[in-house]
Amino acid sequence: MATEIINESLDDAHTDDHHDYKMTGIKRWLYTTNHKDIGTLYLWFAFIMFLTGGALAMVIRAELFQPGLQIVEPDFFNQLTTVHGLIMVFGAIMPAFTGFANWMLPMMIGAPDMALPRMNNWSFWILPFAFAILLSSFFMESGAPNFGWTFYAPLSTTYSNGSTAFFVFAVHIMGISSIMGAINIVVTIMNLRAPGMTYMKMPLFVWTFFITAYLLIAVMPVLAGVVTMLLTDTYFGTSFFDAAGGGDPVMFQHIFWFFGHPEVYIMILPAFGIVSTTIPAFSRKKLFGYSSMVYATSSIALLSFVVWAHHMFTTGMPLFGELFFMYCTMLIAVPTGVKVFNWVATMWRGSLSFETPMLFSIAFVILFTIGGFSGLMLAMTPVDFQYHDTYFVVAHFHYVLVTGSLFSIYAGAYYWLPKWTGHMYNDSLSKWHFWCSLISVNLLFFPMHFLGLAGMPRRIPDYALQFADFNKWVSIGGFAFGLSQLIFLAVVIKCIKGGKKAPAKPWDGAEGLEWTVASPAPYHTFSTPPKID
Amino acid sequence: MDKGSAQNTDKPNNSKVIKKLVLVVFAMFGFGFALVPLYDVFCDITGLNGKTNEVGVIYKDEGIDTSRTITVQFITRMAKGIPWQFEPEINEISVHPGEVKFVSFYAKNKSKHDIVGQAVPSVSPGVAAGYFQKIECFCFTQQPLKAGEEVEMGLQFYVDIDLPSEITTLTLSYTLYDISAKVGS
Repeated sequence: MATEIINESLDDAHTDDHHDYKMTGIKRWLYTTNHKDIGTLYLWFAFIMFLTGGALAMVIRAELFQPGLQIVEPDFFNQLTTVHGLIMVFGAIMPAFTGFANWMLPMMIGAPDMALPRMNNWSFWILPFAFAILLSSFFMESGAPNFGWTFYAPLSTTYSNGSTAFFVFAVHIMGISSIMGAINIVVTIMNLRAPGMTYMKMPLFVWTFFITAYLLIAVMPVLAGVVTMLLTDTYFGTSFFDAAGGGDPVMFQHIFWFFGHPEVYIMILPAFGIVSTTIPAFSRKKLFGYSSMVYATSSIALLSFVVWAHHMFTTGMPLFGELFFMYCTMLIAVPTGVKVFNWVATMWRGSLSFETPMLFSIAFVILFTIGGFSGLMLAMTPVDFQYHDTYFVVAHFHYVLVTGSLFSIYAGAYYWLPKWTGHMYNDSLSKWHFWCSLISVNLLFFPMHFLGLAGMPRRIPDYALQFADFNKWVSIGGFAFGLSQLIFLAVVIKCIKGGKKAPAKPWDGAEGLEWTVASPAPYHTFSTPPKID
Repeated sequence: MDKGSAQNTDKPNNSKVIKKLVLVVFAMFGFGFALVPLYDVFCDITGLNGKTNEVGVIYKDEGIDTSRTITVQFITRMAKGIPWQFEPEINEISVHPGEVKFVSFYAKNKSKHDIVGQAVPSVSPGVAAGYFQKIECFCFTQQPLKAGEEVEMGLQFYVDIDLPSEITTLTLSYTLYDISAKVGS
């Protein structure tokens, strides 16, 4: 889209505005209503949570380094897997994307800020409390939640170790935070687009966050509902999931996955938006098939509501149900395939260059597709009976969440770091980060496919002897991947502290309004909206 | 933020959109709870969860299909923490569809205090649940047993003549729960 650069000088004209007053020290961050500050808070919070969840994963991999029980007790192992999952889903990936949304959406649509800045502050600052509640349960007598991040009843009700209330309230707060964030995104995109920016002129990044926000608004309340039922079942004598009182534990799984499946798209659609921004930039071509991308994203979002029971093929569904959910699930491969082909077509005959954001984006396309294919295998009811609850499933969702969502977050972070900090990141260090991550992540997750096919069950601290060699490799990959992420921390800190001065548009192929403002982006941008042709 | 909304005066204002979205949030929260009765209705129609009828049916005489013989197996299971003995007198029985049978179950409260039990039935495969018709069953009511008391409990049932032909074996499973606390309160 063609844009008029009119705002930079205008921004300066507004510096006498009282809005430019910045508080100092901690108060700046506690009271801030600035979308860039809140975006920064979200991103740092997500990274801290990522390291926390990662540390738990290191203990898991250390325990699984060899067969037998060495380091942790089985019950504590269950707490580790549960909290690792909860932190990575709700504490790392989702807040990281919200951070991107806060930083980039207003700049991409030419808005001065998010539409609801006070609520924005609130939605961030309740998050640390949620995770403080969740993590504090580790230090209590009963221990942290040990029923898996999917908290199936009756594991989380009748057989809970007493952590259910902490878990439920933590999830409530996370849910409220996500819902407020999502409402903010929708209102911002609907009401604050610069004049002339019609829906079909919005960058695809904006579209994916728009659709994701709707998904969040639709399913986070269902999650809140199901954890509330757990709470009353556990402590107030109701019987939603208790057969003794006429309830049904299988119903828990239906309600949970009605939330849970859209949730997995909440964690991947923004990733699609990020790589749809970076790949055209480093291919020096327009995104291939923009409108088909918009429709594909929407259809993935709609289909996500009618596939939930593919997580439950082994619960004894009627044949018709299994066929319905199998075919609907496979149908999702069509719009997803459209996206993958569009990315490849964007690169086709482009003038490619391989800066770190592009490396992560290409790795995303290839490795996410591997995760997609293993998802298709899991979608087939007859074979799912073999794969269910094995390491094959673990391999699948780590390919889509780590080499999918996380790699896209890295692509986006490297892409916009110059805009955020005003400095170029250290190129060779960032390449080290990429190559170390790429090699170790495959060493970590690829052998899990074979372990799963050979029958190694997930969520068990011990395993049969024949799985020993592969698990050793997986653990080595895990430690290497964990350490590689510290390189990223070093890159970011170096980039904030200094480095080559970044121009307003450091990538010659980049498009979008965010590159029309200076680097680092001024505290207030687009106080007067730009004009879009 | 006045500046922001002022920039697009022709667009709907923020509070209108927020109101709609908040309404959706509450509606979806309600929908989560509405799934509970919906699930029961859905399972009732499809037999999805193996639940059988909760009040006795009246036997409809549609003839007996002697060409088919169905094996009905009985399993009992004690939920965590109920000190009862509870078992079927026979483990399985052969019936023709449409034929009424009577079997009895034995229960004994082995503890030193009174306990109210509730047996919850489930039929496997789930599709067959809708064809397994109970005329009389102890599971329709609660079973209060005094300390040491024992009782014979009856189940009268027939298998519907329309049972799909691929089903030759049904398993009826009873799980016995201690509901004294719930009854007491």
